Amino acid sequence: MLSGAQVLMESLQREHVTHIFGYAGATICPAVDALAAADIGYTLVRTEQNAGHMASGYARITGKPGVCMVTSGPGATNLITGIATAYMDSIPMVAITGQVQSYLLGRDIFQEVDITGAVAPFTKHSYLVKDAGNIPQIVKEAFLIASTGRQGPVLIDLPIDIQKQMVEPHYPDSVEIRGYKPSVKGNELQVRRVIQAISAAHRPLLCAGGGLFSAGGQADLEELAVTAGIPVVTTMMGLGLLPTDHPMNMGMIGAFGTPLANVALDTTDLLIIAGARAADRAISAPREIARRTKTVHIDVDPAEIGKNMFPTVPVVGNVKVILNQLLARHPKADTTDWLAELQPRRRKELQNTPPHPRTVGVDPAALMRGLGGWLDENACVCVDVGQNQIWAARYLPLRRGRFLTSGGLGTMGYSLPAALGVKVAQPERQTVVVCGDGSFQMSMNELATLCAMGADVKIVILENGVLGLVNQIQHSSYSGPFGVALTGSPDFSAVAAAYGISCGTASSNDELDKALDQMFGSPGPYLLTCTVDPDASTND
Amino acid sequence: MKQTISVLVENQAGVLNRITGLFSRRAFNIESLAVGVTDDKSVSRITIIVDSGNNVVEQVEKQLNKLVDVIKVRTLEEKNLIGRELIIIKVSATTKTRQDISNLCQIMGARIDDITSTSMTLELSDTPDRVDLFESLLRPFSILEVARTGVIAVQKGSGKI
Repeated sequence: MLSGAQVLMESLQREHVTHIFGYAGATICPAVDALAAADIGYTLVRTEQNAGHMASGYARITGKPGVCMVTSGPGATNLITGIATAYMDSIPMVAITGQVQSYLLGRDIFQEVDITGAVAPFTKHSYLVKDAGNIPQIVKEAFLIASTGRQGPVLIDLPIDIQKQMVEPHYPDSVEIRGYKPSVKGNELQVRRVIQAISAAHRPLLCAGGGLFSAGGQADLEELAVTAGIPVVTTMMGLGLLPTDHPMNMGMIGAFGTPLANVALDTTDLLIIAGARAADRAISAPREIARRTKTVHIDVDPAEIGKNMFPTVPVVGNVKVILNQLLARHPKADTTDWLAELQPRRRKELQNTPPHPRTVGVDPAALMRGLGGWLDENACVCVDVGQNQIWAARYLPLRRGRFLTSGGLGTMGYSLPAALGVKVAQPERQTVVVCGDGSFQMSMNELATLCAMGADVKIVILENGVLGLVNQIQHSSYSGPFGVALTGSPDFSAVAAAYGISCGTASSNDELDKALDQMFGSPGPYLLTCTVDPDASTND
Repeated sequence: MKQTISVLVENQAGVLNRITGLFSRRAFNIESLAVGVTDDKSVSRITIIVDSGNNVVEQVEKQLNKLVDVIKVRTLEEKNLIGRELIIIKVSATTKTRQDISNLCQIMGARIDDITSTSMTLELSDTPDRVDLFESLLRPFSILEVARTGVIAVQKGSGKI
């Protein structure tokens, strides 16, 4: 006989879980106790939300569901933002929450919340376990649901008495869920229609999103782009699918994208959206585009077809599998003129300095380009939300690395915990955090976690003393800045020093090279604070 | 246009919550919703009436399909479905009006479930249109209380969803 908590750990190990991010509390103690005896690593975070973000960073780098485990009540509610962030970006995650005794549910006892009810809008599925004998089946189902189809978070709520319940476990080899049958292969007829559309097109354009990372289809995208002669634009979630200077990469689309990418989007005669949902920030008027040009929409989630845009040819299934179905038919478009129009403009755009480089403080574009020069081939850059995100997306050159950011929910404070999740999975991988002084202060408590891990993460703070993007919006569309000054912020170098983290500053463009040189020359974690003009706008 | 969506779901706690939650957060309006267990005890059938265009209904269907607890979803064709609703209606009835009400029941095929010196309680199971008609014909007698189930429906013929 084993306790429910022991069965949980054994079930997790059978799903090849090697690490859990969490925060202990009374109702999750039996599981934590079983974890101590199991062959699974553990990271204690400093607030539960960041357990979700760390699991997210871990999942995005490994392709396996990240696992986080917290206690009931406030532990569970704090985790909600982490879960919602993962849900919006389709990141596979299994969240485990402690719960009060099952026989006391519904009586509002100490640290009780209806967490399965609360997370219903942000999870693919959730379970409230009522019998420890069901744990092996539930865990297996949870991992299947989280990691297949359109990936996403699944929550398992475990009452403390169930964690203590003694059972004779039976571990199923596989599970069958009658209401869950995600599509994998694209319909052949639709695939043929795509091939025909490509051969007839003169200005085809691939628009690639985060779904391609989920499916592991980076190489397939590149092969399709190169062999069929189709240029590529990406969404923010698709940054890094192709190296920034790849001849077929025309940049990022959207309100915060690069001009040429949007020109390409406006003038294409066949838009092939792959693993992207045509959301407002990327494509502001999807129906307009669909009216004007032929569109193909490839997505694993049938509900994405027709949600924001009605495509000429929908193809539902795993985007990597579908790209291979296409490649097997050797698609080819005559795009000599189209590429001759785009490629020189792209080369020019990559060399362009922004029209109004900032002279007060460090110029954000120069910072991103300088930073790019120090990045390893496969560096992982975790970028926060706000102006820092837009500047990084626009100016940071990537090769075969990753650009991890909270694209869908726009959760401030995501970058540092996500980077720690990356470091747990791949300690040797160069990992850099880019954030603002606002977003950094949302999760700077995780510096302790960083120290505990001894993780070599380089943190770059763009310090302008305001919530930059809101400040910018208030200037352009409201009566002026209000409530955005980050008065009372600490000296970040002193904060770093308090944690024993090396640090440096750059307050002008002249100091930038030396500061970066110093940061990347130091072993271990480093915090670089770069002063940025508070009036700098992403529209400069 | 009113459309009838038939949904087979796992007969478990919390499933209805997930479905109604989906409707509210996606801003889909439900006209009526009726749930009951099927011949298979582990499966319930939910019949949902929505008053929306085809595109919205298609999106509703797809979003419902994403729920793990949803086993099957089908929008039933209007001309090809049998849809029924049950109404229980209590009206004021005196010795003077009792006969008229009784006549109405006979014409409409309704049953008299209960009778007192001042009221009658009637039931009718029929298409929603005829249930509406029945209710409106009773209005002059002063309605005291109404309970309607919402429509349940299956498609005609030997096919099943």
